[in-house]
Amino acid sequence: MAIRMTKPWVSLTAENVKALPGQLGVFQLANAAGEVVFIGFGGGRALFGIRSELDKAVADPPAGATQFRVEINQQYTTRYQELLMLHVHDHGAVPAGNLGKPLPTLGRLSPL
Amino acid sequence: MNLEPTEEQKAIIAQVRRFVREEIVPLEDKLDPDASELPPEDRERLVAKVKAMGLYGLDIPAEFGGPGIDMSTRVLLAIEMGQHRAGLYVPCYGVFGAAGLAQLYEATPEQKEKYLFPMLRGEKKAFFGLTEPSGGSDPARAIKTRATKTNEGWVINGSKVYISGADKADFGLVFARTDPERGRGGVTCFIVETSWPGFHVRRVIHTLRSSHYATELQFDELKVPDTAILGELNKGFAIANERLSRQRIPYAAQCLAPAFKAHEMAIDYAKQRETFGAKLASRQAIQWMLVDNEIDLRQSTLMCLAAAAKCDAGEPFRMEAGLAKLVASEAAGRVVDRSMQIFGGAGMTKDFPFERWYRELRIRRVGEGPNEVQRHVVARDLLGDSLR
Repeated sequence: MAIRMTKPWVSLTAENVKALPGQLGVFQLANAAGEVVFIGFGGGRALFGIRSELDKAVADPPAGATQFRVEINQQYTTRYQELLMLHVHDHGAVPAGNLGKPLPTLGRLSPL
Repeated sequence: MNLEPTEEQKAIIAQVRRFVREEIVPLEDKLDPDASELPPEDRERLVAKVKAMGLYGLDIPAEFGGPGIDMSTRVLLAIEMGQHRAGLYVPCYGVFGAAGLAQLYEATPEQKEKYLFPMLRGEKKAFFGLTEPSGGSDPARAIKTRATKTNEGWVINGSKVYISGADKADFGLVFARTDPERGRGGVTCFIVETSWPGFHVRRVIHTLRSSHYATELQFDELKVPDTAILGELNKGFAIANERLSRQRIPYAAQCLAPAFKAHEMAIDYAKQRETFGAKLASRQAIQWMLVDNEIDLRQSTLMCLAAAAKCDAGEPFRMEAGLAKLVASEAAGRVVDRSMQIFGGAGMTKDFPFERWYRELRIRRVGEGPNEVQRHVVARDLLGDSLR
């Protein structure tokens, strides 16, 4: 598994989100320029996993998000933390849409 | 050996049982099923409560400010503290405090000031860097990380895998080969600060324990001073052996915590659930599973308490600690497995904690020394040097 998500972006629309499986996993949201603005997960408390979380993003897109991509992953908690740490490594801070929201304690990662 | 808890032990157990059920479980019910942290405000509030109970820093030796709890009481507490979803690896989400790395209690006064005491106060975090890609169960031979002497101190090059918490730590213990000609006697333990140039956390390693990851570390021309040596040169494995054996006893008892809870839940469910016109509890197949659970739990508890009693009496307990670890880790896995079976489909879902316990308990048969190594150690004690 590549440590960075590389799947193509999909427009953040109700129709596209409705087509998602109700699985556990992680997702990224991006603005029109393809810059990641939010990293999230669909966990065991979400009614339909990543689909439920992305439904919320369609209704109220964080930080100007217009696109999304998902990764189905049972280990969504640690994968979510890994993606946040990678973003901090690459950009110096968590994505704009994650600021002000509860975050796990993040470590320092310096991938090759 | 008297196995009946004293009145004082009964009071502490009741207090901790109430704490788990009234403080931890209601909070946990609102968290993600794989959570391993409490929100900071809840954590602070509960740490204050534990301090008021006089139970903070349970595993810190009394001479370093811990409450001075004997091992038998510690075993009974371990069984109580972990009776919730995250309880196997994060009993009560860590609000009872941690003892940190046992080896640091053997440090020099200067090292204690710089690392041990801040760690005990919760101001600094530490990691333990032993396992390498070449192996973990036989570190004396597997360690390839090299520390080379220079005029200024030492330079470390190499890597470590499956290391917990290194990405969030301020410092850690790194075992490196300082004499390539000698096996066990050629390894030294260094205290390494994670801010020093050449220290890298290269990747996250996802495991069955999906609430928590391990890391892979790389040391690239990492310069450390002579004062970073913990203990003596080439005697990295001689540090704190008794303290490390002591840790194995509550580690074993901790395995039983979710197993006790799973068993309790399975009994309740069997009394309520009806199939084909009768309660599950009336089916012999279910009754036997519950009886097997009871046998596993009682045998394992007794072995943990037997190890604890020897430890408390100041007698050698290494064999008893190893036996308790291997028996408890295997028995707890069986108990959770049977309890899931009794719950049927519901037992497989994240609506209940069984699936997390099932995954995490599998790791316990490898963690803290694989059970095969525990058997080897016990065999060596039984048969003597002929097995060396």
